[in-house]
Amino acid sequence: MTTHRTPGAQLSEYLLRLGDSTLILAQQLCGWCGHAPTLEEDVALSNVALDLLGQSRLWLDYAGSQMTPRQSEDQLAYQRDAEQFRNVLLVEQPNGNFADTQVRQFLFDSWHCLLLRELSRSSDAQVSAIASKARKEVAYHLQRSSEWVVRLGDGTARSHAYAQQALAHCADHVHELFAMDGLDQAMLHAGIGADLAALKPEWFSYVQQVLAAARLSYPQNPLNLDAGKRGQHGEHLVGLLMEMQYLARSNPGAQW
Amino acid sequence: MSEPVEGREAAFQQRIERGEKIESQDWMPEGYRKALVRQISQHAHSEYVGMLPEGFWLTRAPSLHRKCVLLAKVQDEAGHAQYLYSALESLGVERDTVYQELLAGRAKYLNIFNYPALSWADVGMIGWLTDGAAIVNQVPLSRSSYGPYARAMVRICQEESFHHRQGFDLVHRLVEGTARQRQMAQDALDRWWWPTLMVFGPPDEHSPHSRQSMQWGIKLYSNDTLRQKFIDQTVPQIHHLGLRVPDADLRLNEASGHYEIGPIDWVEFQRVIQGEGPCNRERISSRQRSWEQGAWVREAAACHADKASTAAALAGDEHAQ
Repeated sequence: MTTHRTPGAQLSEYLLRLGDSTLILAQQLCGWCGHAPTLEEDVALSNVALDLLGQSRLWLDYAGSQMTPRQSEDQLAYQRDAEQFRNVLLVEQPNGNFADTQVRQFLFDSWHCLLLRELSRSSDAQVSAIASKARKEVAYHLQRSSEWVVRLGDGTARSHAYAQQALAHCADHVHELFAMDGLDQAMLHAGIGADLAALKPEWFSYVQQVLAAARLSYPQNPLNLDAGKRGQHGEHLVGLLMEMQYLARSNPGAQW
Repeated sequence: MSEPVEGREAAFQQRIERGEKIESQDWMPEGYRKALVRQISQHAHSEYVGMLPEGFWLTRAPSLHRKCVLLAKVQDEAGHAQYLYSALESLGVERDTVYQELLAGRAKYLNIFNYPALSWADVGMIGWLTDGAAIVNQVPLSRSSYGPYARAMVRICQEESFHHRQGFDLVHRLVEGTARQRQMAQDALDRWWWPTLMVFGPPDEHSPHSRQSMQWGIKLYSNDTLRQKFIDQTVPQIHHLGLRVPDADLRLNEASGHYEIGPIDWVEFQRVIQGEGPCNRERISSRQRSWEQGAWVREAAACHADKASTAAALAGDEHAQ
């Protein structure tokens, strides 16, 4: 759909990565609403989903404004197929049990916080403004997901096992968060994007600190899957999009 | 020396009549406490169960704006359940105790949530009609005699009026849309109209608890009074939207200024209350499933909290030494 020929096309592609990752994660968290282990967690998970959805709308709106013809947030969210989505693979992993969800959230939040810190210093004023707003919200997300990882890891034998299993699965999708492909390099050189690779030591140090408190260990030799942000996704994304998009797509041209 | 119960009851009734708020630490007749627990727990459960039919549509909302609005609304409902369960705790009733009653299928909640939300228009109907009915019911309750309940209701009503407007706006957009969207709105209205009228409860002559609750200031208006108020305010809105009220007997009584409706199917009402509505079993089993699947999480959190408090106590001992 987009090419990398012009700076505008590169920027919109980069913004789609941000907008799609937050959108897909928000969509996943919506699935918990009304089904969380406690009423408080229902409120908290939907709050996180609402923040991420709000961020996604800002990123997608900006991405669409860079496209010709201009695309609305809803055209981008509802009218693209799976291979046109640019989210990282981590967020499309299924909700699974509560440990799967919280570990996925923790790995994402810890990365997201650092990424937004970098983007808040972007030379692109709008990227900087969106990142600065989102950063405050995500600091709270990270605090919550870190606390849950500690509770589950240092809880019962069962919760510990679930958290460790979740970590084993999610770690396969961490490499992508820090992989710098051509677009990431171009955005970095333009002063717009972040140096993802440079964030990894700081990220890992924080993650290790939380995992130590949780008595969990970071998996050895995870896979290095990294094609999500280029549009190569796993099997789960198609099902997620079918549910998210069906109503909008079955009523072409309708306004809601 | 304690006063005789009759004297206390008379003094209590005088406080109610003077419009004073009763607080949790105040003496209250056992019947008053029971009536409050019954009413507040039904209300709390309604908020919690009520998250389900709309929550189902969160993942399917047809625009990001609508998804945000719905997510915020369902989150508000979880918050309302929290305030109400807290109001119950002020009466010495633990949340888990009343919640177990719900899970066991013994507790009541609003019958309307035992009907299915079959299309996107149903989300609008729940906001516009069900929350509209809730507002008519609950605004007077913010003047209820029990302080914690009245205060919870002030905040709940403010949020419900947002929901009501958002629901109306959703339906408004549908009726202005394609023929298929308009049909979706009419179908949903056909399904939700009568169950919404039943939200106000049985007719006054068959409402077993109403008289005493009104005397105690727990309830301020009768079921039929509130139902009529809702009908009078909603029918013109339906006409404004170009939708049809699914009631062939509906007419405006020019003399009284009130709309008169056809007979409500109280047999169906009783049937759904008895657990035979289209979704009673599904709602309860959904709540049971979430509760059971979350058990290991709650155990883990409690276990970690124990470890953390033991560790803190040990660290305190060491520090003291």
